[in-house]
Amino acid sequence: MREINATQITEAVKEMCMEANYRLSDDMKKQFDICEEKEESPLGKMVFRQLQENLIIAEEEEIPICQDTGMAVVFLSVGQDVHITGNLTDAVNEGVRQGYEQGYLRKSVVKDPLERENTKDNTPAVIYYDLVPGDRIEVVVAPKGFGSENMSRIFMLKPADGIEGVKKAILTAVADAGPNACPPMVIGVGIGGTFEKCAWLAKKALTRNLSVRSSIPHIRDLEEELLVKINDLGIGPGGLGGRITAMAVNIETYPTHIAGLPVAVNICCHVNRHSSRII
Amino acid sequence: MEYHLQVPFLKNDIKTLKSGDYVYLTGTIYTARDAAHKRMEETLNEGRELPFQIKDNVIYYMGPSPAREGRPIGSAGPTTSSRMDRYTPRLLDLGMGGMIGKGKRSPEVVEAIVRNHSIYFAAIGGAGALFSKKIIESKVIAYDDLGAEAIRELKIKDFPVIVVIDSQGNNLYETECLKYRKE
Repeated sequence: MREINATQITEAVKEMCMEANYRLSDDMKKQFDICEEKEESPLGKMVFRQLQENLIIAEEEEIPICQDTGMAVVFLSVGQDVHITGNLTDAVNEGVRQGYEQGYLRKSVVKDPLERENTKDNTPAVIYYDLVPGDRIEVVVAPKGFGSENMSRIFMLKPADGIEGVKKAILTAVADAGPNACPPMVIGVGIGGTFEKCAWLAKKALTRNLSVRSSIPHIRDLEEELLVKINDLGIGPGGLGGRITAMAVNIETYPTHIAGLPVAVNICCHVNRHSSRII
Repeated sequence: MEYHLQVPFLKNDIKTLKSGDYVYLTGTIYTARDAAHKRMEETLNEGRELPFQIKDNVIYYMGPSPAREGRPIGSAGPTTSSRMDRYTPRLLDLGMGGMIGKGKRSPEVVEAIVRNHSIYFAAIGGAGALFSKKIIESKVIAYDDLGAEAIRELKIKDFPVIVVIDSQGNNLYETECLKYRKE
């Protein structure tokens, strides 16, 4: 049994909130370079240049990449041989509180969805706990902006809709999102499970490295085919027309019920932020 | 085409701007997003004056991140305009000069833009650090209690935007995507 003090989690979450908002991961940056090269539209190329300049300013001067510094989504994979001293949930929220305050990040969370009073410290985070083998804790912090979150969708398809139905659902969600979701987008897709499980898978898919394709051959093919089809929509960078509408399609799957085919499409803008650490 | 334009402007100054033009704005603009629009509408319903002159002025749909010491503002990119659609035709009919945001507008907003010879610019969503450097001064002038959603008066210099919907109603989001669409 390994002892981990909850304050270590607070410290890590605090730093990751800031890091994720100032600096994109290397796989995202690499994808920017690849996509700018492929873009044919003059306006689209100009958008890519602006976005890359924006990334440099953000990193050098520690100004958030986007003013919507997101609602903090935190995935915790807790090793079952770990004992945590202190309250884990409180520790994560304290990390978010300190990170958003000390990092000059925007506080965008309201306490009650209807009364809408700002909590003024960006808490609470949305936290997902997973129990895994081992004596470590993996922490992933993924601040999610709502321009693209608002364009995300869940489709409860029927088994008879099959793969063609899945493709249609994803393309519909992306086409409807259009310029609102700040393309070039990253598309996280969950297929299978239950209503909430496929939404969770779609969110989780956004945190996968963009240069890693699914290990399941027919899902990898689907990811590649959909990326081509999405880019054929012509929405382009900034929604101003062009060849690059999405930089990647990441799909995660889970077994499902004989009667169902749930599909969740979690759309993310080009500021697909995630920071991870193992403690 | 590329242009430099002073804000606020007269409707006559933007008549020749076309959907797709790239424009650098310099001058004074006002920020307002969801909560400020709601409050402005309540103000109008009660027959009171808006906190700034709406006529000829440009609204930027934006709620910044906090400023570091010595800076006028934090990250400052556009938010999604369509959430303001239900309030916008009334402001346009009161003579609002134009809007800066990102994303689609409703048919009612497009009609009101044409009716009032106004204009809708897009700033590139998610480039907040870059826009931060184009803002020279920022001052909260109303609704301070709304925090990031308060109304701010901004002095901007060479702030880069693209004309999406021009005063004739041409819409770049509809026309330009078709050129790159493959069936």
